[in-house]
Amino acid sequence: MTNRLPAQVRPTGSSERPPSQPRTGPALLSPLRRSAALLAGRAAGVASRTLRRGGGTALPGLVAEALDPGLAAGLASQLGGGCLIVTGTNGKTTTARMIAGIAATAGLEPLPNRSGSNLMRGVTTALMAEASLGGRLRNGSRRLGVFEVDETTLPYAVEALQPRVLLFTNLFRDQLDRYGEVDSVAACWRGTLESADRSLAVVLNADDPSVATLADVAPGQVTYYGLDDPSAGLACAEHAADARWCPSCGSDYGYSLLFYGHVGHWSCPGCGRRRPEPQVRALGITEEGGRTLASVETPAGRLSMSLALSGVYNVYNALAAAAAGLALGLSLETIERGLSTVTAAFGRQESFEVDGRRVLVLLGKNPAGLNQVLRTIATAETEKHMFVLLDDDIADGRDVSWIWDADFELLTGQPGAWVLSGTRAEDLALRLKYAGLEKPAAVEHDVEAALERALRQTPVGGLLHVVPTYTAMLQVRELLARRGRRAHYWEEP
Amino acid sequence: MRKVLRLAHLYPRVMNIYGDRGNILCLRRRCEARDIELAVEDLDLGDRLDSSGYDLIFMGGGQDREQRRIAEDLAVGKGEALRKAAEDGVAMLAICGGYQLFGRYYRTAAGDDLPGAAVFDAWTVHPGEGARRCIGDMAARWEGGTLVGFENHGGRTFLGAGAQPLARVERGFGNNGKDGAEGAVYKNAYGTYLHGALLPKNPRFTDHILRIALGRRHGQVELLPLDDSVEEAAHAAALRVARRRSPPARR
Repeated sequence: MTNRLPAQVRPTGSSERPPSQPRTGPALLSPLRRSAALLAGRAAGVASRTLRRGGGTALPGLVAEALDPGLAAGLASQLGGGCLIVTGTNGKTTTARMIAGIAATAGLEPLPNRSGSNLMRGVTTALMAEASLGGRLRNGSRRLGVFEVDETTLPYAVEALQPRVLLFTNLFRDQLDRYGEVDSVAACWRGTLESADRSLAVVLNADDPSVATLADVAPGQVTYYGLDDPSAGLACAEHAADARWCPSCGSDYGYSLLFYGHVGHWSCPGCGRRRPEPQVRALGITEEGGRTLASVETPAGRLSMSLALSGVYNVYNALAAAAAGLALGLSLETIERGLSTVTAAFGRQESFEVDGRRVLVLLGKNPAGLNQVLRTIATAETEKHMFVLLDDDIADGRDVSWIWDADFELLTGQPGAWVLSGTRAEDLALRLKYAGLEKPAAVEHDVEAALERALRQTPVGGLLHVVPTYTAMLQVRELLARRGRRAHYWEEP
Repeated sequence: MRKVLRLAHLYPRVMNIYGDRGNILCLRRRCEARDIELAVEDLDLGDRLDSSGYDLIFMGGGQDREQRRIAEDLAVGKGEALRKAAEDGVAMLAICGGYQLFGRYYRTAAGDDLPGAAVFDAWTVHPGEGARRCIGDMAARWEGGTLVGFENHGGRTFLGAGAQPLARVERGFGNNGKDGAEGAVYKNAYGTYLHGALLPKNPRFTDHILRIALGRRHGQVELLPLDDSVEEAAHAAALRVARRRSPPARR
């Protein structure tokens, strides 16, 4: 039996500062200190890129925060449009990208953190990149901060950034060795909301009971979003459901519609609590010519959603972004146009052309997210040429047992060839054997050689699906960027 | 005639957090490969457990908020049935949270004692909210070789004279991070902190469990050897990781 962690859990190895840290205190006393922090952080970023240690998307913030703990708060307070925070297990990066797209359409200058750098150091790095050495945010009056924040970093981020809008996507098991239990994440979120300012607008997924019930502790305005399209429902439950029973009365939730995991039209037969009616809801979802279309009802009227991304999970991301846009006071027309121009985020349905093959990178890092990816691949009418990578680095989670909760069975019966890589490729091979893969998957630890092999196994003109965990995604994406057509991630707009 | 192995899966909907589904998939596959039918019965909260109805009883790991509900459910019938089944030599396998609740009691971080099924002469104490969890890759040595997997638990388990350790920790924490013991055995009941999932990448241990589970009704059973190259490769990889990354056991 695993036990509750303190309400404010921290990821292992995190050096986040506690919220009790004065927000701007010491820095105000010394503008010189702030400049020194900005300079040192910037130098660290240059060094990191030169040494190819990474994109420099977190180190500058880490270095600068150590010298000036009030830096992020000081810079965030200059955001004229204020800021918005997105958190949750899955969908953070894509949802934040969509909101940034909507904000840009509205004529604002979004200031996002990049590439899943979602601890405080990543947010600080993003703010620093737009600041002068004197500590002034460039174009501050026109800027809207759009930050995706790690689940357990949320209390620190809310304290430092004082967001206008806080959006929750969903809550599933993810890296249990790092976060502790799903319940401790929920407790951390509740604690954050309980101490938040009344002016904070909260946007919640009505279809995830763990998220919808956060409304109980929301300090002010709440907007729900959800799916109202029975044709998108599943015939039977998935294994990767984590909210199965009502924390108020202990009864098992019932579902009149289930979209994935424990996300759907839930109700509690014991105490009568049920999914709230979402103000922002998607009705008819269809896929046409590589785009996902849906009709969305909102309090401001109806909008036609047209996305360049597929899968029910991206409809949720877009609904979340639309609800956040409304909470920010943006127009329906802006939201509609913004969503239609959004392209795939880093490693999330990102497409490359390599040697005449199309390569689609679909990050899969926890059972619920991976199931959505596998389901999306399964429904496409293509051969299933698969390159799957499983790493057990700290950023991936050391514990790889989660692969047993993901439904690889969705794909193993279909024609196609499999190549496996990553530090725990052998565990994947075993999982796939049990998922009924007839021909054993090839295991190749050298990622470059494995990619070559996967490409060769994919016919020219065909589609190769690359499904990596987080650190493997960074590696394989780098290789694809070198061989195909796509920029390095720190150069991305 | 085709042999049937009757498996009771306790609380499958709530006690399933660390890929425990893999354990059931593994039992099924290794039975089918030997032309043995695995008949699985899911027993949830409120369901009755017939102490003589099964050859193998399995319970996986779960979360804190489930713990109290399971303890209450064990106290109103299943616990007594489990004790009787264990005395009768029914094979059992309990993992992580299931293992803790197969002991006499579980003392939570807040200091409450939750009574367990008392299949094992063992008890578990959580040293408090501030205490470090036992998290990491584990390698341990049992009578059939090495056991590998991942552990993630706040509670520390101690064995009384009535239970034997399943294995000696080589790398990682095991029961309590102090005495080098991992897991517990009483008659044909086994408990362990190892998940990963445990059974798929420990095929020798899985066959050991299958043999004793079948043995009670069918006498000594010869299990057809299987091609375990994929299983052994995963076992070896996990062993390498544990030896590279986890601290040597204290004892």
